[in-house]
Amino acid sequence: MSPTNYLLLSGLLFTVGAIGVLVRRNAIVVFMCIELMLNAVNLSLVTFARINGQLDGQVMAFFVMVVAAAEVVVGLAIIMSIFRTRRSSSVDDANLLKY
Amino acid sequence: MTAPPEVLPAGGAASAAWLLFAIPALSAVVLFLAGKRANAWGHWLGVGSVLASFALGVVIFVQTLGVAPEQRTTEVSLYSWIASGTLDVDFGLRIDPLSLTFVLLITGVGSLIHIYSVGYMAPHAAGHGADEDAHAEPSSDSSRRRFFAQLNLFVAAMLVLVLGNNFVLLYLGWEGVGLASYLLIGFYQDRPSAATAAKKAFLMNRVGDVGLAIAIFLLWLELGTLQYAEVFARIGELGGGTILAITLLLLLGACGKSGQFPLQAWLPDAMEGPTPVSALIHAATMVTAGVYLIARTNPIYDLSATGRVVVALIGVVTLLIGAIIGCAYDDIKKVLAYSTVSQIGYMILAVGLGPAGYALGIFHLLTHGFFKAGLFLGAGSVMHAMNDDVNMRHFGGLGRRMPITFVTFGLGYLALIGFPFLSGYFSKDAIIEAAFGQEGWQGWVYGGAATLAAGLTAFYMTRLMIMTFFGEERWRNLTAPDGEAYHPHESPAVMTGPMILLAIGSVFAGFVLSAVGLNQWLAPSLGELEESTHGVLPHAVVPWLVLAFSALGVLVAYLVVGRRPTPVVRPEPVSLPVRAARRDLYANAVNETVIERPGIWLTRALVFLDNRGVDGLVNGLAAGLGGGSARLRRLQTGFVRSYALSMLGGSVLVVAALLAVRFG
Repeated sequence: MSPTNYLLLSGLLFTVGAIGVLVRRNAIVVFMCIELMLNAVNLSLVTFARINGQLDGQVMAFFVMVVAAAEVVVGLAIIMSIFRTRRSSSVDDANLLKY
Repeated sequence: MTAPPEVLPAGGAASAAWLLFAIPALSAVVLFLAGKRANAWGHWLGVGSVLASFALGVVIFVQTLGVAPEQRTTEVSLYSWIASGTLDVDFGLRIDPLSLTFVLLITGVGSLIHIYSVGYMAPHAAGHGADEDAHAEPSSDSSRRRFFAQLNLFVAAMLVLVLGNNFVLLYLGWEGVGLASYLLIGFYQDRPSAATAAKKAFLMNRVGDVGLAIAIFLLWLELGTLQYAEVFARIGELGGGTILAITLLLLLGACGKSGQFPLQAWLPDAMEGPTPVSALIHAATMVTAGVYLIARTNPIYDLSATGRVVVALIGVVTLLIGAIIGCAYDDIKKVLAYSTVSQIGYMILAVGLGPAGYALGIFHLLTHGFFKAGLFLGAGSVMHAMNDDVNMRHFGGLGRRMPITFVTFGLGYLALIGFPFLSGYFSKDAIIEAAFGQEGWQGWVYGGAATLAAGLTAFYMTRLMIMTFFGEERWRNLTAPDGEAYHPHESPAVMTGPMILLAIGSVFAGFVLSAVGLNQWLAPSLGELEESTHGVLPHAVVPWLVLAFSALGVLVAYLVVGRRPTPVVRPEPVSLPVRAARRDLYANAVNETVIERPGIWLTRALVFLDNRGVDGLVNGLAAGLGGGSARLRRLQTGFVRSYALSMLGGSVLVVAALLAVRFG
């Protein structure tokens, strides 16, 4: 099987996610875009595992999922607490930590 | 010269010689620490400690007289003081005729001056008190206690100086007397002139001390020991150049401490201290430490004829400088100070003559200790009577008002100018005879200068006597510097007593000391006195020549000063020599131009370099970093998305770099 289509899809998803992180203001959307980037990488990992006939890439993908789950827990908690104090979920409003 | 005598361990009273300086030192500590509780009795403790020291000194002296001359050089080692590698210095004392002579002089004259100070420094002396009242001390009793503490400290340090049996202990005492001298010159702390004079004395002494220190370093480097006995026994191993360097460096030390050319300028300024200090430290004892140093190290000087010539020439230059400047001053204490400079010049000249003069230098030192201390105490008594005025032009006719001071001062005066059969006649004439006893140009230069200075001495001392004790009472129409009228009066007995004793010493010391054979007594320390037989002038002629010059000096002084009224304000303008003498023969001007000004310029240049160069570099670096950081800080905008963009950009760069390395 040819990995080209899978890798193209993976690259496309990653690009979409990266652009979303850069241009969207809503923290939830930014967060979802990060998940999209992680999963794009997962896709390419699984693809290469399949091509090489080894399980390393799949194991790595599971690790990424676990880390992503933990990250979601912490990230959403932060977003929630920021929203409670500032009544806003825009990442541009959370700019107190600067020069 | 004979070989140095064997050094024996000290026995009997001499083994307790450490008490000589321990007693005054302990007294000084008590007086310093006891505070105002000691005000009532502190001065008597000070007097008592020096008297006890004197008594012990006499006991040791009598014991030493009882043994044969070759057994009189003894040492006692108290403990190992400094043991560091090959340097091993004992706290050891050398009790020999030379150190005992000094012990008796220091404690004897010191006792008299301590007693005198009880009266002179008294808080509320009748009709006086300018000394104390003019100064805003919280309690004059405290100042008297402090005075005695410092005076005791001086006596202790001076005794350490002369008793030590090695160069390190000598240096300890040397610095100790320097400290005491500094404290006592600046005793009237609230007078800027006294503070400046103290600093000046300290700094100029430092110059000399550096010389002494380097000489000691050299000795240790070359011989590996600093004990007198070992150094003197092995000094012959060194090369001529090294010995010459050591003699010259020791001479530099002696010049600093003894106010010799070219370091003489501090001594007259030191008269800012209380008069008893001038008498004890800056006339009788401390300033003679240089003479002691050269006499003590005579085995080194014996080996260097060039070194001795330099010593003698320094003495000649100084005795002329002192005598010339002494003629021009109106300040009674400064005249006496320059007289001291001049007389110590005689002593340095004497010890510079080598074996023919060591004992004569010490002889003159002793007689000078009596009559110059007496003269200073007399001057103090006059100041006491004249509201602390020192300007002789304001005096006049005081002989009738203060008969005891007049007579004692007069005897000291006669002794100083070498009146026949008084102290100075024996000691000074002996030096001049020995000076003429040299061969060739040295005899003429040394002897001629010494004779000329004897005439000048007679002139300036006669001038001082006439202006102070004779003539019209110029003070009648004047007011004292403190705004009150003068009421001259005789000083109390506690002051006149020491003056009378010192006057007796001035009269008889020379005769007694030469009759009992001071030279033989000192021979174990200084070697036998060599009589010169083929000098430029026979011995029989010299006393008459000196006497003629002295008489001429007295006569000229009488004609110039005694026969016409003395102007109250000093006349201006005056001839060139007088103008030069009034300005210390430009010694201060030379010091200022040659050393002080370049020093100040150098300091300023260094400060500029430090401020602009070193500090500029450091400060510039810090400012650059700070400014750069302030700009870089602007990158922290607080916008999360811009951080994300930079992370993405960074990641892309890293990946691109990896790819470039992998496939490029």
